[in-house]
Amino acid sequence: MDLSSINPVLLVASLMVAATPIMLAAIGELVVERAGVLNLGVEGMMITGAICGFIVAVNTGSPWLGFIGAAIGGAILSLLFGVLTQLLLSNQVATGLALTLFGLGLSALMGQGYIGIKAPAFPDWDVPLLSDIPVIGPIVFQHDPMVYVGIFLVAAVWAFLKYSRAGLVLRAVGENHEAAHALGYHVIRVRLLAIMFGGACAGLGGAYLSLVRVPQWTEGMTAGAGWIALAIVVFASWRPWRLLLGAYLFGGVTVLQLNLQAAGAAIGVAYLSMAPYLATIAVLVIMRAGRAPGSLGQSFHASR
Amino acid sequence: MILLEKRPQPSRVWTFATPVLAVVLTMIFGGVLFAALGNNPFETIRTIFLDPLFSEFAWFYRPQILIKGAPLVLIAIGLSFGFRAGIWNIGAEGQYIIGALCGAAVGLAFYPTESFIIFPLMVIAGALGGWAWAMIPGFLRVKFGTNEILVSLMLVYVAEQLLSSMALGAMRNPDGVGMPGSRNLTQYPSATSWINESAGMHWGVVFAFIAVIFAYIALSRHIFGFQVRLSGQSPRAAKFAGVNPARLILICMGLSGALAGLAGLFEVAGPASQVSINFNVGYGFTAIIVAFLGRLHPVGIVLAAGLMALTYIGGEIAQSNLGLPGAAIQLLQGMLLFFLLAVDVLTNYRIRLKREGLT
Repeated sequence: MDLSSINPVLLVASLMVAATPIMLAAIGELVVERAGVLNLGVEGMMITGAICGFIVAVNTGSPWLGFIGAAIGGAILSLLFGVLTQLLLSNQVATGLALTLFGLGLSALMGQGYIGIKAPAFPDWDVPLLSDIPVIGPIVFQHDPMVYVGIFLVAAVWAFLKYSRAGLVLRAVGENHEAAHALGYHVIRVRLLAIMFGGACAGLGGAYLSLVRVPQWTEGMTAGAGWIALAIVVFASWRPWRLLLGAYLFGGVTVLQLNLQAAGAAIGVAYLSMAPYLATIAVLVIMRAGRAPGSLGQSFHASR
Repeated sequence: MILLEKRPQPSRVWTFATPVLAVVLTMIFGGVLFAALGNNPFETIRTIFLDPLFSEFAWFYRPQILIKGAPLVLIAIGLSFGFRAGIWNIGAEGQYIIGALCGAAVGLAFYPTESFIIFPLMVIAGALGGWAWAMIPGFLRVKFGTNEILVSLMLVYVAEQLLSSMALGAMRNPDGVGMPGSRNLTQYPSATSWINESAGMHWGVVFAFIAVIFAYIALSRHIFGFQVRLSGQSPRAAKFAGVNPARLILICMGLSGALAGLAGLFEVAGPASQVSINFNVGYGFTAIIVAFLGRLHPVGIVLAAGLMALTYIGGEIAQSNLGLPGAAIQLLQGMLLFFLLAVDVLTNYRIRLKREGLT
C-alpha cells in the first residue's frame, strides 16, 4: 500500500463533495422531523430526485434545470407521503418504508432509457483570488456551486428555526401538536409544507449524486445514502450546525475508504466499502442522541 | 366538508375489506400505468395475476408460487411479531443473506462427505446466523437506545458487501475455473433443500407452514402473543402488566432474524443453488409489504405471500411475453403497500360528510 499517493488537500476537498448529497438530504429531513414528522422515505425521494434531475439535465443540457427538476420531483413524491400520513393518518414508519420501496421502483422504471448516458458537465466555481490561496483555496473555494448551496441551506435552516416566527411555529408543531393546534396554528398545513421541503432537499441530494458525483444514472445508485442522512439527523440531535459536522464526518469516512481502495490497501475492497455503514452504526451507538421533538412520529387528528 | 371521526373500535368488516380494496385499486392504477407504458392494461393485468394460475403453462408456474412464497411467508411471519409490538426490524434482507452464508458455509465445509446430519446442521447454522445478525440491532437498542430501524438497515449493506467478498473469495468454487460463486449445493445430495424440485417442494415450504401454525398459536393462545399485542396497542399498559420491554425487543428481533436466516438458507441450498454475488432478490423488503398486506396475521400473511409470489411470477411472464419492464413490477408492489396504508384509514375512522358552517 502506498499511503503517500493520498494527497491530504485533495482528500479534504473531495470530502466536501462527498458530504454534499447526504447534507442536502439530511437538512431537509431535519426540518421535517422538527415539525414532528418522521419520514423514512428519504432514500426513495433521493433516488427519484436523482433520476428526475438526470432526465431534465440530459434533455435540456442544463444541470441547473436538472436540480430544479429533481427538487420538484422529490417534493411531489414526498407529497404522496404527506397526504397519506397527514390526511389519511397512516402509520409514518410504514408509509416511509413504502415510499422508499415505491421510489426505488419508480426511479428504475423512469431511468430505463438513461443508462450509460453521461450527464452534462457541471463546472466548478473558481472563486477569483480566494481559490488561489494555497491549501485553503483548493479545499474551500474550488467546488461546484451545489456544495455552497448545501452549506447555505444549512445556515438558512438554522436562521429560520432560530430567528423567524414561522420557524417558531414549526418547532411548536413538532414539540406538541395539540398545544399548537389549540393556539390556532394549522398543524397539518405546516407539516405538509415541511414534508415538501424535505422532499425537495432529498431530491437535490439525489441529483447531486447522478449529476455531479457519479455523474451517471445507475439503478439503486443512492446505495443507502438516504438512510445515512436519517442517521445524521439523529447524530445531530436535530440541530443544523451539528448536522454539518456529521455530514463532513461521513464524507470523510467515504472518501478515505475510496482512497484506501485506490491506494491498494491490504484490506479487501468489500470490507472497505462497509466502512460508511459501520461508521454510521458506531456513531449511533457512541453519540447519545439529544431529545427528539416531542410529537415525532405521531399522527395528528383534531378531534372535536 | 369531509370529516374523519375516530371509531371507538377498529371496524371488523374493514379490517378484512381493506386489503382486498387495496389490491383492486392497485390493479386499476397498475392498469393505467401499463397503458401509459404502451401495454394493453387488461392483457397485462391478466398475465400478472391470472396466467400463473390458469394459463396452459400453469403446471409450470404453480410450483413457482410455492418457491417464491415460502421465503416471503417465513420472513413476514417473523417480522409480524416485531411490527405488532412496535419493533421495526427493517433489515431482514441482511439477516437473510447472513443466514444463507452461514448455512452454506457449513454445507461447503463438509463437501464431499455424505451424511444425513449435514442438512440439519446447515439449518441450525442458517437460523443462528440470521439470529445473530438481528441481535446486533436488538442488543444495541436495548443497551444503548440506538434506533433499530437504522442499524438493521445499515447491516443490510454490510451483509451485501460480505456476500460479495464471500462469493468472490472464501466460498468460491475451487473447481469453478475462476467463476464467481460457490459450489452448486443442489448437486450435493446431503446439502440440498429440495424435496421434490418439479413440484416446487423444498424444506423452506415445510418450515413456512410450521412457522405459520406456531405463529398462530403463539399469537392467539400464548402469553407471548398477548404481550406482543399489548405492547403494540399500549406500551404503558404493557409495562404495568409486567412486560419486560428489553426482553420483548430481543425476542422479537431474534425471532425475525432466525426466520429470515432460515429463509436465506433454504433459498441458497435450493432455488438459488449457490452463493453468488446477487442471489438475494429483495425478499427481505418484499416481506415487509407481505406482513402489512396480511394484516400482521399468520393466515393473512400466507394469502398475501401467495399474491406477492403471483406478481413475481406474473411479472416475469409479462416481462418475457409482453416486454413489460421489470421495474414496473417493483413499482406495482410499492403501489400496493401505499394503497393499503391509504385505505386503512377506513378501519379506524368513519368518514362523515358535514355541511359547512355547522360546528
